[in-house]
Amino acid sequence: MFIAGGTNLVDLWKYNLLHPKLVVDINHLPEHRRITELEDGGLRLGALVSNADTAYHPLVESRYPLLSKAILAGASAQIRNMATNGGNLLQRTRCYYFYDADVPCNKRVPGSGCPAMDGYNRIHAILGASGECIAVFPSDMCVALAALEAVVNVSGKNGGRRIPFADFHRLPGDSPEIDNILQHGELITSIDLPEKGFAQNYSYLKLRDRHSYAFALVSVATALELEGDTIRDARIALGGVAHKPWRVREAEAVLVGKKADEAAFTAAAEVLLTGAVGLKYNAFKIELAKRAIVRNGMMALHPETQLPGAQPSA
Amino acid sequence: MTTITLNVNKQTHTLEVLPWVSLLDALRDRLKLTGTKKGCDHGQCGACTVLCDGTRILSCLSLAVMKNGSEITTVEGIADGDALHPLQKAFIEHDAFQCGYCTPGQICSAIGMLAEGKARTRDEVKELMSGNLCRCGANTGIIDAIMEVKEGGGRE
Repeated sequence: MFIAGGTNLVDLWKYNLLHPKLVVDINHLPEHRRITELEDGGLRLGALVSNADTAYHPLVESRYPLLSKAILAGASAQIRNMATNGGNLLQRTRCYYFYDADVPCNKRVPGSGCPAMDGYNRIHAILGASGECIAVFPSDMCVALAALEAVVNVSGKNGGRRIPFADFHRLPGDSPEIDNILQHGELITSIDLPEKGFAQNYSYLKLRDRHSYAFALVSVATALELEGDTIRDARIALGGVAHKPWRVREAEAVLVGKKADEAAFTAAAEVLLTGAVGLKYNAFKIELAKRAIVRNGMMALHPETQLPGAQPSA
Repeated sequence: MTTITLNVNKQTHTLEVLPWVSLLDALRDRLKLTGTKKGCDHGQCGACTVLCDGTRILSCLSLAVMKNGSEITTVEGIADGDALHPLQKAFIEHDAFQCGYCTPGQICSAIGMLAEGKARTRDEVKELMSGNLCRCGANTGIIDAIMEVKEGGGRE
């Protein structure tokens, strides 16, 4: 098992959820510890660059401010100083039943059951869940990476491969113990951002039970390309609602050619939440997500009003 | 056991640790520097915040063996002899603690935050200090103290 920032691995270890036989410190790989411009106009984020150094990097701030905002909405300053970009993609769910070694959990012990189904499921999935698992993926950074259509570069014993962000994480299905498509022995080396950064009209909105330093109940990354007040291109990704960042191309297509207003975002929100299922304690997240999509769409028209911590503004 | 060297508060220490020992436990149990506090031991409270090569980190989620060769500053190392660090003075003046358990982490975190130079407004200071919890509710005094040092251009 590899360790870089250790912010999740060491914690899982202390909770008696992870029992690695061998841990390899990969921090001494300088080629993965930098941010470099790509010839196609994109940007390569080394897997070992810290979340903080990524968020505050001048090229990320100027060309991919959506990513910068999303990263800074997550965790705390100390954790962002430690946590790496590669590790952010590989963090485990914060489902409280997953974190309690004394109760069953299909993600921890396949086939043992899921106490969240009939338990306190306030933070759990409303989209893409299965009868085996209703956990959500907790990252903020990855919601922006999904919206920006990043590519994950991976190295393994059979060579390297490039994984489109939408394919990297998976839905739980009948094997919720598997979070992503990384194979044993593979290592994330970097994340590539395409040239298009939506730096003019973007917004990240994070709604949570505490003002700061809490995981999202619902988060929204919105990126718009406008011509006057007409939408030419749109990306919307949701966090806190599913086992992976949630994106629906049909919802984005609804926006193209429309005037950027509440009616357009409301229509897109309906498509994005199609098929959403609420459980006893999390049904409120369906309406919350719809309203957050509309709110964040309007916020993206005035990104300069964005508040620290991705609070609602405008 | 692995032999590591840590430079803590400008003093070099060589010690043998098991690979799973946290930096927090190494500081407290091996070097007897108990100023750094163990609150939650899970990265949720910030009481264990120290500076590692000038950057604020959580010592409870850091493995000591991974910090071999690093320069660590704890709350014991920030005063200049008997002259308190400006943040220590400001915390006293603003009544920025009650039980004091979170204070070493708050002060080390604030030193790191001021060095990062990203907080411009009081709201941004609050956001960038949110990784340090105070269960006594001294937060208003804590932010007042930090703002005074930030605005006063005190020694960082």
